[in-house]
Amino acid sequence: MSIISDVIESTKAIIKGMGVTFSYIPKEKWTVEYPDEPVTVQPRYRGQHLLHVDEHGREKCVACFLCAAACPSDCIYIIAADDPRSPEERIGVDERYAKVYNIDYGRCIFCGFCVEACPKDAITHGYNFELSVYNRADLLKTKDDLLITKQKQSPNYRVAFADEDVDSEYKEV
Amino acid sequence: MANLLALFAPPNVINELLQRLSLSPETINYVVWPFIQIGAVVTAIALWALYATYMERKISAFMQARLGPMRVGPWGLLQPIADAIKLLTKEDLRPDKADPYIFFFAPFISVAAAFIVFAVMPFGPDWGVITDINIGLLFVLSVSSVGVLALILAGWSSNSKYALLGGLRSSAQMISYEVSMGLALIGALMFARTLSLSGIVQAQGLDSIWYIFYQPLGLVIFLVSGIAENNRAPFDLPEAESELVAGFHTEYSGMRWSLFFMAEYAAMIVVSAMATTLYLGGWYFPFLWRIDHAGYHSLFVLLSLVVFIAKMVVLLYIYFWLRWTFPRYRYDQLMDLGWKWMLPAALLNIALTAFAVFTVQALDGWHGLKTIESLTRGVNLTWQGKVIMVAFGIAGLFIAAAMLSAINWRSRDFNLKKQRRQVRLVSPPQGQPAVAPAPSES
Repeated sequence: MSIISDVIESTKAIIKGMGVTFSYIPKEKWTVEYPDEPVTVQPRYRGQHLLHVDEHGREKCVACFLCAAACPSDCIYIIAADDPRSPEERIGVDERYAKVYNIDYGRCIFCGFCVEACPKDAITHGYNFELSVYNRADLLKTKDDLLITKQKQSPNYRVAFADEDVDSEYKEV
Repeated sequence: MANLLALFAPPNVINELLQRLSLSPETINYVVWPFIQIGAVVTAIALWALYATYMERKISAFMQARLGPMRVGPWGLLQPIADAIKLLTKEDLRPDKADPYIFFFAPFISVAAAFIVFAVMPFGPDWGVITDINIGLLFVLSVSSVGVLALILAGWSSNSKYALLGGLRSSAQMISYEVSMGLALIGALMFARTLSLSGIVQAQGLDSIWYIFYQPLGLVIFLVSGIAENNRAPFDLPEAESELVAGFHTEYSGMRWSLFFMAEYAAMIVVSAMATTLYLGGWYFPFLWRIDHAGYHSLFVLLSLVVFIAKMVVLLYIYFWLRWTFPRYRYDQLMDLGWKWMLPAALLNIALTAFAVFTVQALDGWHGLKTIESLTRGVNLTWQGKVIMVAFGIAGLFIAAAMLSAINWRSRDFNLKKQRRQVRLVSPPQGQPAVAPAPSES
């Protein structure tokens, strides 16, 4: 009857469970030793923002405030200004440009609404995630930090190719 | 070659040095030499307790497809040292309304109780054991149970509800499992016929068998009770993070906390060493005695130490393995297992072992069957006697399983649905509404 079989079944269950944990010891590890090895981030990853420029090096932003209006955490601060010079020598693609463009990363929640709202594709999410600072004031990034021409590629991460399937290796268990 | 090895053996070098200092042989043997051994063992156990944390972290990481500590030193080998330095330099906090003296002393009681036990542990033959007293096993059991006192004192003096509940839980758990742990040892003692730990090891050597083959049930009971007595997962209810923060050491920090931690790992080493001594033949390993007979005595002692430590490491690994495989028991399940499974199993083990020893003795000389070699130092059996005894040991496993599951039909499996059905808690009457329809007004 089930008197012995219960005990045998539970013994089998114990051995099976311990076999599962034991079988993981020789398996390949998924740890990325981050500062020594680069982390692979997805193309869709939402990191620090990038302010884009056109092919002549002029800022695409026209200071329409749509991003600031869309921002749910009110972290974008813009001061618009007019630049009456000729199209070749002005800062932005249009006469109107953002004299000040600040993002407070102490408030930003990386939701991507500003990117959705932008009519000129002037702001996108970059891939930089190394935003730690020693001072809270340093979390306020200005145009000097955000412009794509001013940002440097960090050796600590790598963006996956569009057809590269980074997730699948985590799916097979 | 033999002389060269003998010269480099630790005791000979130390003896030479001490005799140069013009100390009498009595002073050397009874004062200096024990102090050297004590210092060596305490240092080794403390370091080992440190590196047991490293071992646990690595094994748990490997079982979860992680790498574990890797940053400090090659393969993170210096991580325990870094942790120790961090803990020693941390601020020593004490809650405002805690009892200052008891709060101060509880960790030391805990560590002392765990470390004193190593005085009688037979790590090896000859100079591998500090002192061999003839009630070694009783000494181990009594001293290691003082550790409960430290947990109660720590829980009480912290003046915190979590610490108090953790202390109460751990004391209840340790006391209830100590009974079956002590009873499980009696089976092995029937073969060894001595309480001296070195004597038990030597009895296994003379019988040239490890008692795990005679006493598989005893080893299982001893290991489960040992894990429960050390408050390790899956019996780590006193430190259940999700319920009690950290149990009795919730309010401790820095060095005092690390002393509790060290005591826990030292207690694990104690249980592993006890299981090795009683069931796995201590420092005996097949064909190792040939080295001694060839004249390399010090090499033999060193290799015996290595064998003992290797067996202990295997048992420690089983501790970690169990911890990272099984979820925590519920408290009633824990007490159920202790009193309704382990205690009857230990009592049954005593009865079965006594019956087996009696049968083997009675069979001696029956129809020319020779089962007993000698009874002077432990039970020495011939190969026929060994076969009978091993058969009894394996049959004991099944007899115990049948008997225990018969008396524990309620908690045999933790299928709550089935249990409720059996006690008729969920059997609503079929075919009629639970509430009678209200009479309509018409």
